[in-house]
Amino acid sequence: MAKLFALAFLAAMAFSAQAKDAVPIASDPALEQRLNKLTENLRCLVCQNQSIADSNAGLAVDLKNQVREMMVQGQSDQQIADFMVQRYGDFVLFRPPVKTSTWLLWFGPLLLLLAGGAGLLRKIVRQRKSASDVQLDDTVHKRVQVLLEAVKKEETV
Amino acid sequence: MRRGVLLLVLFAVLMGFFAVGLTLNPREVPSPLIGKPAPVFSLPRLDGAVQTFAPQDMLGQVWLLNVWASWCAPCRQEHSLLVELSKTRLVPILGLDYKDQRNDGLEWLHEAGDPYTLSVSDIQGRVSVDYGVYGVPETFVIDKKGIIRFKQIGVITQEILQTTILPLVKELNG
Repeated sequence: MAKLFALAFLAAMAFSAQAKDAVPIASDPALEQRLNKLTENLRCLVCQNQSIADSNAGLAVDLKNQVREMMVQGQSDQQIADFMVQRYGDFVLFRPPVKTSTWLLWFGPLLLLLAGGAGLLRKIVRQRKSASDVQLDDTVHKRVQVLLEAVKKEETV
Repeated sequence: MRRGVLLLVLFAVLMGFFAVGLTLNPREVPSPLIGKPAPVFSLPRLDGAVQTFAPQDMLGQVWLLNVWASWCAPCRQEHSLLVELSKTRLVPILGLDYKDQRNDGLEWLHEAGDPYTLSVSDIQGRVSVDYGVYGVPETFVIDKKGIIRFKQIGVITQEILQTTILPLVKELNG
């Protein structure tokens, strides 16, 4: 009996813990989903490698509430992202916008790829050229011929 | 030979980048608000006076806006410096009490001295979000036209005060 009670107690504990984890603040699940999607792309300034969606830091919770409110007021995702950038800079976005100051960031890897490709191409062309430039002297030539004929004979046999 | 030199140069450039990168503080996020007007707000005063405070009240003066809280340990580090600074009357310091209980804030000021011309109470932290505050303490230098000129993230040290903030205040006043 005592065991049963203990089990029931544990089960109740587990449920209450779960109930605490899920915070049903807004009654609208679609809005919560939109909120999650948007705040996943916003950096938490206090714990910089976490998104606002993931973080439980005080500021992240505040910002989540702020975003939720703005959504309820009917603001678009772009408007909300702009609101954040105005206050915290581009740093708040995990996906930085493409603009003059971020060109190197966005296109740098492509540049490196192109440079590497160009280097490789040059090397290949040079190697080919040096290979075709080899002059065969007579003894080598004769030896090649003998070998080729041997191969032919073998094929006909 | 040429190849060796090229590799050496590439290595030196890479080391240069690393050297610069190591001296940067990734926790300091440059504020996009520098050079922009201080966001407008109207907040109740901490001392309970009936009037609210708005940044426009300070137009025509260079002033500091110091974000603090009684629960903030690093704020205690800079507090005595602020008290000293307030005695010199070089620049008015306005306090913004961030997400704090009014009584706790008042008690702390009573205990440690009050360097602020006045403090306002931002219980919800909403105004602080408008100022891009993401930690306490933070301090803004605001000029006579209400433009934010400088933001100190974290504790003000004697060095920062003497080499950056006070010269800037002097320049803006001049």
